[in-house]
Amino acid sequence: MPQLDFATFAPQLIWLTLVFGVLYLVMARVALPRIATVIEERRDRIADDLDTAAQLKRDTDDAIASYETALAEARTKAHSIAQATRDRLTAETDAHRADLEGQLAARIADAEKRIDAMKTQALTSVRDVAVDVADAITQQLLGDSDRAAAERAVDGELA
Amino acid sequence: MSAADQEGGGLGIDPMHQFEIKSLISINLGGVDASFTNSAAWMVAAAGCIIALTVFAMNGRAMVPGRWQSIAELSYEFVANMVRDNVGKAGQSYFPFIFTLFMFVLFSNMLGMLPYSFTTTSHIIVTFALALFIFLGVTLIGVVKHGFHFLSFFAPKGLPAVLLPLIVVIEVISYLSRPISLSVRLFANMMAGHTMLKVFAGFIIGFLSAGGLYTGLAIAPMAFMVAITSLEFLVAFLQAYVFAILTCIYLNDALHLH
Repeated sequence: MPQLDFATFAPQLIWLTLVFGVLYLVMARVALPRIATVIEERRDRIADDLDTAAQLKRDTDDAIASYETALAEARTKAHSIAQATRDRLTAETDAHRADLEGQLAARIADAEKRIDAMKTQALTSVRDVAVDVADAITQQLLGDSDRAAAERAVDGELA
Repeated sequence: MSAADQEGGGLGIDPMHQFEIKSLISINLGGVDASFTNSAAWMVAAAGCIIALTVFAMNGRAMVPGRWQSIAELSYEFVANMVRDNVGKAGQSYFPFIFTLFMFVLFSNMLGMLPYSFTTTSHIIVTFALALFIFLGVTLIGVVKHGFHFLSFFAPKGLPAVLLPLIVVIEVISYLSRPISLSVRLFANMMAGHTMLKVFAGFIIGFLSAGGLYTGLAIAPMAFMVAITSLEFLVAFLQAYVFAILTCIYLNDALHLH
């Protein structure tokens, strides 16, 4: 069994000590601090990036919130403007219509008055004609007429 | 031994041959053999791969990591979590050691899976040296941190006085056996797995060279080899993980006692 050949122990031990010692120094002085730095830097960088991302998200949320507020305000404003316009137009229309109605009512009243006058006048004319006709007929039939009697008779019929 | 095996088995393959230490460059330091061997070469290869992964792959220091940088960062996080979960905040200063240990064992095991390679962790002396260093280091940390009070580690609280001597003996033995169990677990797993692979590979060669009806039978050890190879990859990772996590647990014991 070559493992129990004592003559080989000394060179193996010497080279093991030498190689392991050098390897340890390289690891402890150079390799491991360097790896640690890289890992540390990456961890910091990721943490920073996450912070930045969180900050940006907060900013975005704020922007969205203010946009929503502005939108809601604008909507309310537009609504009130529309309402005011509608009210104003309704008032104008109402006034216009009231005006027209007043005018129409005045003209109707005027016309009715004239119709009444004409009616009265017509009725008066009818009496005169009736009296004339009655007087004339009486004249023709009897050769004699009594205008006053005819007027009484016509008035009596018209009453 | 290997010659006898070759004659006896008739397969021409010695499953233990892969564990032989061969000197590549002979070096002698004041009478001590410090030759650069195949084992040392694969240790250097493992260290080179680890440095390539953790230093050069991180050169970009990219905010969005590429493939290799991801692996490096993943290894870092994996071991860092292991230390944090098992040792807590006090373990932070030992993190580089645990990381080096885990990566070294992992890469040694994984490089051992390459054909014709050498598994440095399949040698008891390597795993034992690591385990003993951990054991002594952890004990030293415990003594420095807790002083004489560290001995209370061997006498759990609320124990009947009658049982105390027995429990203390058991605790001491179990504590002292830690470096042995830690090193043997890794070494035995690595050696057994590679030996098994070699034995079954030998069966394939054996069946094929026997010819005739036996040729078809070679499919059985072949299928088994494929399955075992994937299992060995799992074992290679798992043993590195176990080695590191037990180190964490021992460290936690020393820092926080029971």
